[in-house]
Amino acid sequence: MAISRRAIVLAAGAVLLALVPPVAGLLNQPFYVDLFRRMMIFAIAALSLDLILGYGGMVSFGHAAYLGIGAYAVGILAFYGVDNGFLQWSVAVAASAVAALVIGAISIRTSGVYFIMITLAFTQMLYYLGISLETYGGDNGMPLRTRSQFAGLVDLRNPSAFYYLVLALLVLFLVLGRRLVDARFGRVIRAARSNEPRARAIGFSPFRYKLAAFVLAGGACGLAGALLANQTEYLTPDFMHWTRSGEIMFMVILGGMGTLFGPVLGAVVLLGLEDVLSALTEHWQIILGPFLVVVVLFAKRGLFGLVEGEVPRDG
Amino acid sequence: MLARRDGERDLEDTVRTIIRAVLVGLLTSLVAVGPASAEAVKIGFITSLSGPAGIIGKHMKDSVELALDHLGRKVGGLDVELIYGDDQQKPDVGKQVADEMLKKHKVHFVSGIIWSNVMLAVAPVVTREKVFMIGTNAGPHQLAGKDCSEYFFTTSWQNDQTPEAMGKYMADQGLTDVYIMAPNYAAGKDMLSGFKRYFKGRIVAEVYTQVNQPDYQAEISQIRAANPKAVFVFYPGAMGIQFVKQYAQAGLREQIPVYSVYTIDEVTLPALKEAALGNWETRYWSPDLNNEANTKYVSDFRKKYGYAPSFYGAQSYDGIMLIDSAVRAVRGDLANKAGMITAMRKADYKSTRGPYKYNVNHFPIENFYLLRTVRTPDGEFAMQIQKTVFESHKDAYAKECGMKW
Amino acid sequence: MLLVLEQALNGLQYGVMLFLMAAGLTLVFGIMNLVNLAHGSLYMVGAYLATALARWTGSFVLGGLLALPATLLVGVVVEVVALRTLYERDHLDQVLATFGLILFFNELVAIVWGRAAIYTSLPPSLSGSFVLLPGLRYPTYRALVIGVGVAAAVFLYVLVTSTRLGMLIRAGASNRTMVAALGVNIRWLYTLVFGLGAALAGLAGLMAGPIYAVQPGMGEQILIQVFVVIIIGGIGSIRGAVAGALVVGMVDTLGRAFLRPTLSTIVSPAAADKAGPALASMLIYLMMAAVLFFRPQGLFPTRGR
Repeated sequence: MAISRRAIVLAAGAVLLALVPPVAGLLNQPFYVDLFRRMMIFAIAALSLDLILGYGGMVSFGHAAYLGIGAYAVGILAFYGVDNGFLQWSVAVAASAVAALVIGAISIRTSGVYFIMITLAFTQMLYYLGISLETYGGDNGMPLRTRSQFAGLVDLRNPSAFYYLVLALLVLFLVLGRRLVDARFGRVIRAARSNEPRARAIGFSPFRYKLAAFVLAGGACGLAGALLANQTEYLTPDFMHWTRSGEIMFMVILGGMGTLFGPVLGAVVLLGLEDVLSALTEHWQIILGPFLVVVVLFAKRGLFGLVEGEVPRDG
Repeated sequence: MLARRDGERDLEDTVRTIIRAVLVGLLTSLVAVGPASAEAVKIGFITSLSGPAGIIGKHMKDSVELALDHLGRKVGGLDVELIYGDDQQKPDVGKQVADEMLKKHKVHFVSGIIWSNVMLAVAPVVTREKVFMIGTNAGPHQLAGKDCSEYFFTTSWQNDQTPEAMGKYMADQGLTDVYIMAPNYAAGKDMLSGFKRYFKGRIVAEVYTQVNQPDYQAEISQIRAANPKAVFVFYPGAMGIQFVKQYAQAGLREQIPVYSVYTIDEVTLPALKEAALGNWETRYWSPDLNNEANTKYVSDFRKKYGYAPSFYGAQSYDGIMLIDSAVRAVRGDLANKAGMITAMRKADYKSTRGPYKYNVNHFPIENFYLLRTVRTPDGEFAMQIQKTVFESHKDAYAKECGMKW
Repeated sequence: MLLVLEQALNGLQYGVMLFLMAAGLTLVFGIMNLVNLAHGSLYMVGAYLATALARWTGSFVLGGLLALPATLLVGVVVEVVALRTLYERDHLDQVLATFGLILFFNELVAIVWGRAAIYTSLPPSLSGSFVLLPGLRYPTYRALVIGVGVAAAVFLYVLVTSTRLGMLIRAGASNRTMVAALGVNIRWLYTLVFGLGAALAGLAGLMAGPIYAVQPGMGEQILIQVFVVIIIGGIGSIRGAVAGALVVGMVDTLGRAFLRPTLSTIVSPAAADKAGPALASMLIYLMMAAVLFFRPQGLFPTRGR
């Protein structure tokens, strides 16, 4: 029952998202292609965080760091005239993964609130580093002269082509993520989360698995950063600000952590609410704030729990 | 844990239903399309309305509304539709809001924008679509120089001009041994380099502090130890309030005078009051600037909103007036963009700063004044013009702009 | 040499401000296991209430004295209405819910008092500076801040070490279930501790009012530093909060004052100008990462959890 309902919801979501460009074209409202593309980019970032947060129990309060590194990788290469998207995006993923390796290797030694704060500390350092990079605009950031070039395969200047590329990547990450968490790797991560000593006792080294998950998540978020730089055609250290890490985290919790699809929903709802409410009133935050509190208090498994219906949480 | 009571369970169900309803409502309102109105001028005004900078956004929005009142709710004789957007002080949000205005509302003009980084992200997107970008605050040097555009106009200034005026004034006074400070970000560096372009005396130290730093006592102690003849700072917004208050409390104000730009203005003065008394600023506009348009703007603003207007507001008021002059010149033919460019280049409207001309890069050539915080006869605090530092001052980047007209 | 002494005093004063904030946060953290991002909002509420009450009563001191119980009351209401249900939840739920509270409080304050920073005044006797040592003038109000902070620290020390409430707090910090099992009304204890934390944050806010800009969102500017303090000190430990606050206050202040001049004697002055300010802003985060690397539970870990 529950599984079929989940499958229906997932399929319906994918179809709805795929329909956005033609419907927007029909209504002569191309803006919605941009808005939903932005939502999906943040959905990829939230999804990558869910891997370590929802499944691994690692509450990283510094996930925006990889968003920033990915964006800066694209921006800096473009600054020196390298427009090749394959190269730019590979560098974005690799650089984020390396940063995640360093940050993770130090942070995973700690746990609980200490983990939250040490990941925050690293991101703050990167943020201040970004501000002091005068060549690349300091805190003003810099424009991305041209979107990444893919040798004529995909033209990112075409809004719909870019949209479907992001959608394809999102679906790919959802599928890969699902396979990963169902595989042995995912089971170890979850075991380490619920009972680390036991996982160690039955012969796993949770540290290495956790670190691997941390690096994977960092790399995936780096790709989201590369996408965001292309979406905005502008990049700033603001991508790494701690409030941005918070926003990504809220997308995960709001949507429902440990569900992979939940964070996607969370990203769509949070950014959608921002867009709608800020058009209604400049005091939109007084509505958004209590909404977040109410969701936490009453929808314990996030919004996805509401959509999916009542199922006991799997251990 | 206590067993959950049935009442709580009911409440949870109710709230769940409400959340579901909110979600559905959200989806519908996202795709709702407003009715398209025939021939109206559509202006998208982007500023920071929420968060700490929301107060500047309020000054700007109130002034836009006042301008529309003065124009009888018409722009260039046509009906007007104004769409306000909140950039949350973030470049990527600003860009998204601009996209929404261009593609959803199909505006003819985008206006506003407080921050240089938001402007740098938004202006190219707007001008690329051959839509007018009428800046009413940020004046980053890129847009004045190599990235200038036919479709970009500003009613404010180029960032460097104001500190240049202060540098000139302090150089003219023969001041030397000056201690200069700014936050460690791009605008801070621009301000100090603009200052140094005209100030030729000795600089004791050039100090950059952390962005949004609340406490300056450590830096103030360093100033006391260095014992300069004067201090020049750039601390906008809350940073300025904190620096100026703390400087006064340290008892240094009587010994070492403070000269500043964008630090003390009508937005921060109500929070500062006597702490800012006697401090110097340079600026292109002041509420006591004596011309017909300004007198009307200042007195009607006070009457309508009950507080003192600021330069942020005056620029935004001017922005709407500039748009009005352009639409009027082409007799409401919004497709005649070349005609509107020609019209705006004349700056043919009653500006709150008095008459001015546009430079080749569409930045104003305007006067800059020396201002001082004084106590008015009714016990209030205000900025008053002391003298003119620059007459018809041009910015330093216009020669890098390739436009010819 | 006088300058070093003066900067050390500045560091002490900044540390004291951080301590007032950190003490409440670390208590709530340690005893209720609640990550309260909205602690900064209580600081903001304290600053606003003190300013408003000072204007209403016409006295700075009276306004401050009234603002303390008022902030305590706000804290109790927040605890009873919103936070009470969060104690048994994930840290994550707490983060999300208290972030929602931040948005709510910032907008509420903006609606009531406006978005502009409001004017805060000091009586003339406090607004000047005095000669501390020959050649060393110090702002009177800053000296008062140090005094109040030290008094609050002593008060907390006595409260925690030699009262029944303090005993329960200590017991609660090390073993929560045991305290509940002993028949103590744990709900009442939680509300009281949260109110105490709120009052301390309010005290920090009302002391900060005359120095800083009192405006919506002022709490978030200091919140991150306060988290750094309690992490370095060790969560739940008042001793840790004292140590962490002093260390962060000193390192931050001395770094801002002396890092660039020191660097310029090692590398070229131009390079020092570039690296100095950036490094000074990263210093406390570097320190936190270093402390956690060697001591993952902070300097003064609380036992039993």
